[in-house]
Amino acid sequence: MPNATFRIWRGDSEGGEFKDYRTEYSEGMVVLDVVHKIQAEQANDLAVRWNCKAGKCGSCSAEVNGQPQLMCMTRMNTLPVERPVTVEPMQAFPVERDLVTDVSVNYEIKKRIKPFTPRPPDREDGTWTMHQSDVERSQEFRKCIECFLCQDVCHVDRDHHYHLDGKFIGPRFFVHAAYLDMHPADEADRLEELKDRDGIGYCNITKCCTVVCPEHITITDNAIIPLKERVADRYYDPLTRVLRVIGVGR
Amino acid sequence: MARTLATVSAHPAVSRRPFLQTARIDRWWSKPLAVFLGLSAFIVYSTWAALQNAHFEFGGYLSPMYSPLIFGDSHHAVLGSLPGWWPGWLPFYPAFLILWAPGGFRFTCYYYRGAYYKSHWASPASCGVGKAQKRYRGEHSFPLIFQNVHRWFLYFALAFLVILSIDVYRGMWFGPSHDEFGIGVGTLVLAVNVVLLSGYTFGCHSLRHLIGGKFNVLSKRPGRLKAWQGVTWCNTRHQLFAWLSLFWVGFTDFYVRMCAMEVWTDLRII
Repeated sequence: MPNATFRIWRGDSEGGEFKDYRTEYSEGMVVLDVVHKIQAEQANDLAVRWNCKAGKCGSCSAEVNGQPQLMCMTRMNTLPVERPVTVEPMQAFPVERDLVTDVSVNYEIKKRIKPFTPRPPDREDGTWTMHQSDVERSQEFRKCIECFLCQDVCHVDRDHHYHLDGKFIGPRFFVHAAYLDMHPADEADRLEELKDRDGIGYCNITKCCTVVCPEHITITDNAIIPLKERVADRYYDPLTRVLRVIGVGR
Repeated sequence: MARTLATVSAHPAVSRRPFLQTARIDRWWSKPLAVFLGLSAFIVYSTWAALQNAHFEFGGYLSPMYSPLIFGDSHHAVLGSLPGWWPGWLPFYPAFLILWAPGGFRFTCYYYRGAYYKSHWASPASCGVGKAQKRYRGEHSFPLIFQNVHRWFLYFALAFLVILSIDVYRGMWFGPSHDEFGIGVGTLVLAVNVVLLSGYTFGCHSLRHLIGGKFNVLSKRPGRLKAWQGVTWCNTRHQLFAWLSLFWVGFTDFYVRMCAMEVWTDLRII
């Protein structure tokens, strides 16, 4: 079996360092498999969060060779093993221990987004009629597994930590807001919060979130930019404001 | 409880990486470098071409960098010769009278913004690469909040498609009096320019919003739904059309210039 050196960050909130582990791996293994092998054979106290091993729970997010990725979806045969494979925790979140980060800030952010606010039911039995073409747009956003890789790679979070300051909700929650705001049955108005409190203006469209999304959600083009345009409609375009007042284009 | 920023910054693994530092081992710098070279080359060429104030027309052909020609001693001039009220101290460069519109459209374009924020501004240079800027305001406040004027440039860009289409029609008329129908290689060059610019303009994110994206229920507006789907098709190829059209605008100017300078011979197909 071939060998590889894994350079894994070991430490906690007080500090830490990279440690090298030389190990064998076999065909078909993913990075998470190798980390588990190292945990079993060389470092029993290595902390790593994981659950489904199928790319659906979003637990094993980390940075492999500097790329935010799910460890369970990163196959060994996609990595150059002639040099050490670097594995480190997500940079945008505080470290708990080793590869485990505290992502609880995301749950706090989610709480402050206005929830689904449906219009009154279309029928007496309390149901709505929705056309497939109308729900398709927001269905894409339902694929999100909340791995928070998009939050990790976004430079507004990663380099400026605006998500921890409460100034920026980050790509994951623009996707969530877009899902709600584009829903054909939703009536809530989230634009003022998106503009002022949630900091959609901080996004400068570098599309890193879209690149790392393991569910291939087109975050920037289908969620963030449409929301930016809705904000522009309301606050930066006097023409659409006039048209709205006189009832044209509704 | 979520950790505070102070806790985060105190930790080496989650504090900021220094400028251009990353654990990435791929050639992350190659794409922003290519964008830097491509955009910079176009800016330099288009500025040079605008400053030339010559060789921008050849028979019925007019360079897109000079179209519409508002004033000038040319049959292409919309309003005739330079008016007498034009201040003598002010140099006259007809290209600069119009280039602000397509230039503004591209400068405020969502694709180009993301591209040049990386390539020219290093904010960030690439995904997961350390930044130089300590403070960050993004497009949240002045001056970049003005990127929201993109839709206004879109309106001008749509008008330019009409103008450049008229130029293609004019490029079909040859002879001293421009009354002899024909198609030359230059006509095709002008036509391809309109096709590529249309692909780029009709894929605009603002257009996608205005044409139908702003509505949550499009099923009751079948015309808008079709239009939105068409714009979405172009939008998914926005980057491709952005580069193809940028290159072709430059090439079209170059083609007309070469013909006008008698370096190249324009071949007649019909």
